[in-house]
Amino acid sequence: MVNFLIRRLLAAIALLIIVSMVTFAIFFLVPRLTGASSADLASRYVGKSAGPQAIHEVEIRLGLNRPVVVQYWNFVKGIIVGAHYDFGPSKVYCAPPCFGYSFINQTPVWPDLLDRLPVTLSLAAGAAVIWLVFGVTTGVISALKRGSAVDRASMGVALAGVSLPIFFTGLLSLAIFRDNLQWFPGAGTYVGFTQNPATWAANLVLPWVTLAFMQGALYARLTRAGMLETMGEDYIRTARAKGLPERVVITRHALRATLTPVLTIFGIDLGTLLGGAVLTEGTFSLPGLGKFAIDSINNNDLPRVLGVVMIGAFFIVLANLVVDILYAVIDPRVRLS
Amino acid sequence: MTDEDATAVQAPKPFLEVRDLRIHFPTDDGLVRSVDGLSFSLERGRTLGIVGESGSGKSVTSLGLLGLHNRKNARVSGEIWLDGQEIVGSSADQVRRMRGRKMSMIFQDPLSSMHPFYTIGAQIIEAYRLHNDVSKQVARKHAIDMLDRVGIPQPDRRVDDYPHQFSGGMRQRAMIAMALSCDPELLIADEPTTALDVTVQAQILDLIRDLQQEFNSAVIIITHDLGVVAELSDDILVMYGGRCVEYGDVEEIFHSPEHPYTWGLLGSMPRLDRDRSERLLPIKGSPPSLINVPQGCAFSPRCAYAELNQGRSETERPELREISPGHRVACHLDREDRRRLWDEEVRPKL
Amino acid sequence: MAAVGAALALALAACGGTGGSTSSSGGNGKFNEGITSVVNASTKTGGTLRIGNAVEWDSTDPADTYYGWSWDFIRLYGRALTMFKTVPGQAGLQLVPDLAQNLGEHSADFKTWTYKLKQGVKYEDGTPVRAQDVKYDVERTLDKNTFPDGPTYFGDFLDTKGYSSPYKDKTPGKLGLKAIETPDDNTIVFHLKKPFAGFDYFAMLPATIPVPQAKDTGTNYKLHPVSTGPYKFESYTPGKQLNMVRNTNWDPSTDPNRKQLPDRIQVQIGVNADDLDNRLIAGSADMDIQGLGLGAAAAAKVQSNANLKKNADSAATARLDYVAISSSVPPFDNVHCRKAVEYATDKQAMQTAYGGPLSGGDVATHLMMPLIPGNQDINPYPSGADNHGDVAKAKQELQACNKPNGFNTIISARTERPKEINAALALQQGLKKVGINAEIKKYPTGDYFKLYAGNPEYVKKNGLGLIMMSWGADWPEGFGYLQQIVDSRVIRSAGNTNLGVKDPAVDQLIDKATVTADTTARGALWAQIDAKVMDDAYIVPFLDEKHLLYRPPSAKNVYVNQGLNGYYDYAQLGVK
Repeated sequence: MVNFLIRRLLAAIALLIIVSMVTFAIFFLVPRLTGASSADLASRYVGKSAGPQAIHEVEIRLGLNRPVVVQYWNFVKGIIVGAHYDFGPSKVYCAPPCFGYSFINQTPVWPDLLDRLPVTLSLAAGAAVIWLVFGVTTGVISALKRGSAVDRASMGVALAGVSLPIFFTGLLSLAIFRDNLQWFPGAGTYVGFTQNPATWAANLVLPWVTLAFMQGALYARLTRAGMLETMGEDYIRTARAKGLPERVVITRHALRATLTPVLTIFGIDLGTLLGGAVLTEGTFSLPGLGKFAIDSINNNDLPRVLGVVMIGAFFIVLANLVVDILYAVIDPRVRLS
Repeated sequence: MTDEDATAVQAPKPFLEVRDLRIHFPTDDGLVRSVDGLSFSLERGRTLGIVGESGSGKSVTSLGLLGLHNRKNARVSGEIWLDGQEIVGSSADQVRRMRGRKMSMIFQDPLSSMHPFYTIGAQIIEAYRLHNDVSKQVARKHAIDMLDRVGIPQPDRRVDDYPHQFSGGMRQRAMIAMALSCDPELLIADEPTTALDVTVQAQILDLIRDLQQEFNSAVIIITHDLGVVAELSDDILVMYGGRCVEYGDVEEIFHSPEHPYTWGLLGSMPRLDRDRSERLLPIKGSPPSLINVPQGCAFSPRCAYAELNQGRSETERPELREISPGHRVACHLDREDRRRLWDEEVRPKL
Repeated sequence: MAAVGAALALALAACGGTGGSTSSSGGNGKFNEGITSVVNASTKTGGTLRIGNAVEWDSTDPADTYYGWSWDFIRLYGRALTMFKTVPGQAGLQLVPDLAQNLGEHSADFKTWTYKLKQGVKYEDGTPVRAQDVKYDVERTLDKNTFPDGPTYFGDFLDTKGYSSPYKDKTPGKLGLKAIETPDDNTIVFHLKKPFAGFDYFAMLPATIPVPQAKDTGTNYKLHPVSTGPYKFESYTPGKQLNMVRNTNWDPSTDPNRKQLPDRIQVQIGVNADDLDNRLIAGSADMDIQGLGLGAAAAAKVQSNANLKKNADSAATARLDYVAISSSVPPFDNVHCRKAVEYATDKQAMQTAYGGPLSGGDVATHLMMPLIPGNQDINPYPSGADNHGDVAKAKQELQACNKPNGFNTIISARTERPKEINAALALQQGLKKVGINAEIKKYPTGDYFKLYAGNPEYVKKNGLGLIMMSWGADWPEGFGYLQQIVDSRVIRSAGNTNLGVKDPAVDQLIDKATVTADTTARGALWAQIDAKVMDDAYIVPFLDEKHLLYRPPSAKNVYVNQGLNGYYDYAQLGVK
């Protein structure tokens, strides 16, 4: 087991390094290969009407004229030992882990990422609890009552959840529950948990439910399909042949097997969400990592985009790692092979 | 209800008595008559072999005996009396309480039939504690005993292993240990050796026989392989198209079988004393669809001798008739014809 | 996407009808009333002004901002030398002194401009504002490394002699720029390297908002610019929220142009644009800071509901949507081929692509619009009765161009701008009728000018004959509007906004306008430039943009300030 853990951990780290290289290459190498000069890249960091002199200064200051490998090395070095930037009246020290410096917003990237993280965390965690509980419960009930009105109704709702885009359901929920019924007057504004836990939760109910609706629908369908498959397994028949009550057959035998693949997908979904629930955050005006990513892309703010990609990759890799370990705990066959 | 029916419902003497069992499945394509009027009985300490090709209804029968058919998809009628209790008409919960303790089952493929996430021990303990009010420690000790009894080496260690860590033969032994853990009075073994190689097959069959003697259970062996039942069974029931076509003790069936289908089965039985090339005489054709069972004898389309009775086989279903004490056959052929065919045509080729 | 949008509009419209949002349909305004007068006029103080912002600031630093709405909003915490008069109607186009006592006094050659500061203007901490602080901020704007976003007018016109940044300035007080003199604390003198008669417009830019050197934190100054206006920063988290409170050291007696009505001003940043529209309509937000008008769904809802429409203004802006014709790409080197496009363009369809008359704008027939002083309504290329294009005239021009059967060309447009792309499709359809087959190529907005459409070499190499373009005036006056798109001398190797107007006669007229003091005469010159560029057929204007603005009844003292290019005047708003 320890061996297994070490191997997975090393693989995860290697994966992160590769992701960072690929991302870096996309932003700094590919434009060069397609013919953009380092001055073209630099021109993104200067204002609307900067002359060639200003562009050239930026090019040198940002090191864009250096080989991409050197730039990558400086990026990695910054993460480990920090970096110094010379702007305005004083020098700016970007403490490690320095994930670059946004020259458009004139701030180091890392503190901004940290600042946005709790929002995304709040959104993802709350929604995950809801969708997991409701999705799995609905899926199990649907599977057990296959063909019944309950099954058809919940699968109909689930189909809606899977196919309706979040910017539609989200805006609709805001229009109904905030504007018309005025149940959640603060929805669409983020208030930190430490600031006021009650407001934090009240303002997040709609995004949680909306996101959970979409994800939960997916999980309901997934659980239902898995449950139907598991209920047909030989070992379920064995469990019944032993005389186990149906409740035990379902919970101890069927559900456990069904939830294993669900857990895998849950881990990856959660990891992806932690990297930013782009549409949900956009729809509900939540200043999380997803919104940060979109704004950064719109502003052509490459260091920020790079940072948010890295943190997203980190969470996905982390989630994968956790899922792998959990999987080994749950399924003894994985542990030993 | 007539008086006649009323007497028929009385508990009969034998330990297990199945009367006119019908298990039908309504589907979109029509009604599937998997079991269609099956009757037999079995005493404690005796072994019945149910033989037939796949799709003949033998596995459906065994699940029916355990009451494992979902009442929503399956129509079960007839009577199954087990030690004075009727199963078909009982509530799901009553039958459930009987399962595992009163009757239990050894399944065909032990790997898929055991839960991959639980240890062998846990799976035995679960069954044992369900029917016996004992502590975990006691149940665990019992599980180790059972594993020991079915011949698993180092049972105190292997009790904590997972099914996938066992070899095929060991797994089947564990399965048997699980099935026997609650000392069932009726043990049903569905193709217990199919997935195993020949030497292990023999060991498992020996094991079942030994345990049967020890526990004095009634055993039903379900198989497509007459060789298996030859070693183990007292009586043999040959199933075809959801019905019994021949029934008799093992001697009768092997030495004077009277149904052409039984002849076919005997012909397709692998025998070690024959050369491979001449050993197998497969039955031509394929088993009948259980949706549209032919009007007459279900076997007639495949029967080499059907024309000997002027088409009667196509129009009229043959009744199961007793031809000698304990030996019943459902065939329209004259008894003389059958004996002649067996002696002159079939047997020499076997 | 479109289907979903339509469904959403319907769904939201249905929601609006079910009560609960009654607050939004109140108010006693009339449609377009905010264009001509102050709606819900009030002098009551108190309350919180809730503003939503769908995007992010480029910066809240006066040296580093270039968004029109930011220039409007910055007046709440910063006072420049001059400003546009804060009144509705045409009078709003007039410049009035703000920090300065009077508009600038100029030398005969328009190269020296002098302003005297008002007495008693203080920062939020009570220290008096000095002319040196105005100079200091102008110096800061010259440092494009630290403050890349602001306009470059001062750098272009001041005789900087290589001065690049106060942060590299070794002189005490960091006031080493020789082009600006501050003989005393209340006087500031600008020395230009070339004459410019419209310098009072430069004096209106946020660059002349004073920054006390001792409080300057460089790139972090934006987190708390020291206020001279009626409100000061309480807390600001970029990308999230800005909270402002009353500035008790703001003295209304020195400032007749602003009001200080709400107790607090709260700007939520990064609000979903469609949701912000809904909030305005539901009354849970008072103002959309971006001022681009309602989105498609909300606009449809407001236009169809009289109770909502009375709270809306279709405000004219100094923004023109046009097609630039690249004279470097054949056959557009021939004026007749350019004129063929002028005639063939289906302006009506392109207007529809932008949202129709109320939320899109008016069909444009020339460069200037009524907001620009001197505007003359001309229509040199009438495009038929319904503005669907004049096929016959276009074919005549094609004949004259020796392309009677038409030709092939390319239209460029910005990927992230669906309206622009739809307009390009409408253009493509219109041109097809006369045999001009155009292929549409899409480019990323961020690099549109730097790498593609604004890069002459790229344009020529890739044959971008027709370039979709949208241009808003920095301020509504000929120079602030037209110079950057018609002066051939501003064309550089990349990042151009003049996409091919090269006419020495135009350049000469511009030079003449920049030294004409009389505003009427100057306006007439710009109208001449307009006519000349149209005559050259370098530009196909198709839309004078209008924005369908919504003013919730909760917002008081609301009107459209023409000087601010058609935004609501944020320095006047109240909520009680």
